[in-house]
Parts: sequence; C-alpha cells; structure tokens
Amino acid sequence: MSEQIINSPCGVKGTIGFYPGCSLKGSSSEYAQSVLAVAKAFDIELQEIQDWNCCGSTAAHNLNKELALSLSARILALSEKQGLTEVVVPCAACYNRLTVTQHELNNDAALKQRVCDIIDMPIKGNLQILNVMQMIDKYVADRLEEKVTTPFGHKVACYYGCLLVRPHNILQFDRLEDPQSMDILMKRSGAEPIEWGFKTECCGAGFSVSRTDVVAKLSGNIVKDAADRGAEAIIVACPMCQSNLDMRRPQINEYLKQKIDIPVIYITQAIGLAVGLSPKEVGLQKHFVPAQFA
Amino acid sequence: MINNQKSIHELQLHTGVNVNRCYQCGKCTAGCQLADEMDFPPSMVMHMLQTKDEELLQQLLNSKTIWLCISCQNCIERCPMSIDIPHIMDYLREKSAGEHKINRQSRDIVAFHRAFLDSIKYTGRLYEIGLVAGYKARTFHLTQDVVLAPKMYAKGKLPLVPEMIKGTRNIKGIFRKTAP
Repeated sequence: MSEQIINSPCGVKGTIGFYPGCSLKGSSSEYAQSVLAVAKAFDIELQEIQDWNCCGSTAAHNLNKELALSLSARILALSEKQGLTEVVVPCAACYNRLTVTQHELNNDAALKQRVCDIIDMPIKGNLQILNVMQMIDKYVADRLEEKVTTPFGHKVACYYGCLLVRPHNILQFDRLEDPQSMDILMKRSGAEPIEWGFKTECCGAGFSVSRTDVVAKLSGNIVKDAADRGAEAIIVACPMCQSNLDMRRPQINEYLKQKIDIPVIYITQAIGLAVGLSPKEVGLQKHFVPAQFA
Repeated sequence: MINNQKSIHELQLHTGVNVNRCYQCGKCTAGCQLADEMDFPPSMVMHMLQTKDEELLQQLLNSKTIWLCISCQNCIERCPMSIDIPHIMDYLREKSAGEHKINRQSRDIVAFHRAFLDSIKYTGRLYEIGLVAGYKARTFHLTQDVVLAPKMYAKGKLPLVPEMIKGTRNIKGIFRKTAP
C-alpha cells in the first residue's frame, strides 16, 4: 500500500474556500472547531463561503431531485462568485451532495441550464471539492509527521461510513471496501489503526430521529466490532456518523445489551491533539461518551 | 395483469436506468443493511419493475422499502452491472409522495424529511430546534428525546436562535420554482 493517499486531487494552491454546513454550526460544532484549529496549526487559510445555504442533505434528494440539485448548486455558484477554485467540505454528506451535484450538472447541459435558471446564478462547474483527508493530504502532507509533538498512541478504528467513498465513479476518493486515507493519516499521527469489518457500513444516518431503533442496530454493530477488536477510539470524518455513534450510545448499549464506552472522535481532533493542541482547543469536552486520552 | 410499459419507460427516462439489465444475482440485497426491515428487498424491487406489472409498481409506491432505503449506495457499488438502484429509489419516493401513496408506517420518516426542508425554506440553513419541533408537530411524538436536548444545549451543540442567511428570497425562489 502506497503511503500516498489514493486519488487525492492535486492542483495549484489558490484561495481555499470553507463550507461548514449546518451540522458544524450546531450539533457538531466541535468538528468545525477542530478543522479550523488544525488548519491554523498548519497555516492553511480557509475562507468561509459567504451566505451559504444548506445542501439539502438526504431530505431534499429523497423528495425532490430538482430541489436537491438547486440547493447544492447555489453553494457551488456562490463559491465561484467569490473567486474560489477549491472548497473544503468537512461534512461527508455535504461533500457527497456537492460533488455529485457538480458531476450531474457537468454531464447534462440542459439540466445545468435549468438549475442555473432556478438559482438565478451561473455555474462553471470546475470547483475542486475536498474532504478533510484530502485537505490534509494536499496542504499538510509530510509536515504532519514533523509537527507531531504528542503522538496519538492509541489503537484506533477508522470509520469512513458511506458518503465519503460512495459512489466511487463520481467521488473518485480512496478505495471502496477497505479505504486507507484515514488509516494513513492516523498512523502518521502516531496511532495504531486496527483491521476491522465495518469501515464503510452505514450508521443509520438520517434515521437518528425518525427511526432511532434502526440507528441503534446499525451503529451498535459498528461500535461492537470496533470494541471487540481492541480499538480505544473510533475515528470519524462525518457529523452524522459521530452523532449516531456518540449521542445515541444509550440506545446502542440497550440494543447490544452491554455497555461499551469507546469514544468517537473526529480525525481533526485526533490530529489536533497529536500536534499539541489541547483537548479543549479541539472541543473534546463536547462529546457525550467521554473522550479522554492520557 | 395490467402491462405498464409506459411507467417503466418513464422511469428509464428520468433515471437513465434500464431495469432489464438486472439478472437477479442478489448482491444488492445481500449487502443492504436495511433489507431485513423492508417489505421488498432491493433485488425484488428490480424484479417487480422488470415485470412491467402496473399493480406491482403500485405496491412499490406504497411500500416501506422506498422510505427505508437510506441511500448508502452500497447496492450500486456491489452490483456487477452497476445498476443505479439508489437513483430508482429516489424516483419512486418522489413519485410516491407526488401521488399521495406514502406507506402509512413510513410517515415518521417522511415527516422528518419535510420538517427538515421546511426549516431550510425559511432560514436557508437547518435550524435543529425548528427541525425537531416541526417533526414533533407532524408526528405527535412529543416526548421523544426530551432528555437529549438540554444535554446538547449544555455542551454548546444546540444554538437557540436560527441562522438567517441574506439570500432567503433566493432560497424561497428555489423552493417555488422546484415545487412539484
């Protein structure tokens, strides 16, 4: 396995946009906090997209395809208008929706025209959309190991979920069944990633409120496998994965009929700790399942 | 059986998927994490569409399956023919909602989606308190998660005031122009 992250986009360093998305402004504020703290530690300047809106998430594409495309398209158009050539999107669901939308519009000129009319803005469609692993790989790369002052010396289960890697023909990120990008970055941060079976299984995502029983089951299987194989933390890069595995832990434990207290932290929190940021600076105190790493 | 070539043609026109390419290997169902909750697992959905039987199409529009599909995209990735089943699910959901054929037991799921979209419509961004309030108003699950919200607030995860964007008129225009 090459140490270079698979299919990581490369390009000229320009102004880097930042699309936080709704979760990072609310229930997953510690993700935003840790992304910005890590970016700052590596002198990456992120510029928030002005007046951004929600990407529409699962709700929009489940009920109205044109609405889903248009909501995401407005974000692409605003980024272009702001002169950005690339945008960092830490939320896996937003990353997925924005990338898929740009792909669909670029492959159907009539659809693109219709959507531009709906949002009342033009779209060129050549934005580089990066998830957090791609951002770190592109702008931090080898500097990560140099910067590590307190290696994250724990066994970790890197959990990618669905939306970071699928659909592969559009996202072109990492490999499908056994992705490596997060494992590589965690290794560089001093952790020991474990082999396990639930890297890309779904956590139940948007059913957190409407079908909590389904989330308890799906997330329960993930948490149990990670714990059984000796992981001391589950590493994630998606606010839905994090909140389901963390905030729904009481329901998960009830489903599993056992108490599992393995913490679930964002990759940017783990890297932040490794490069010497304090637990508070990366928002570790905001999790429901206590995350303390001595 | 009422043969409905037209519906299947329409499906292909909207999704670009030719349902006849499926040869029923069953890998989609094997990998689907929600299959055991569904009334018709994904491979059966494909077969029902292949029959072009109007009655079976109506059963799908009224099924739990289409709302339980969580769009995790596992089926398309494992399909040896790369058939875009998630796209078919999106199409069937939109059609089901448009024709008022939503499965009774799936109403909570749809209520959540609608409360979600309502929140975006008025503020441009998701307002989590508004989302949950809207969901509870639609479903009458008034006491669900009442212990969670104060804990979230205490941890700084639940802003009390919605973030309004400047382009709310633009957003409302998007909702108006894409209204079914």
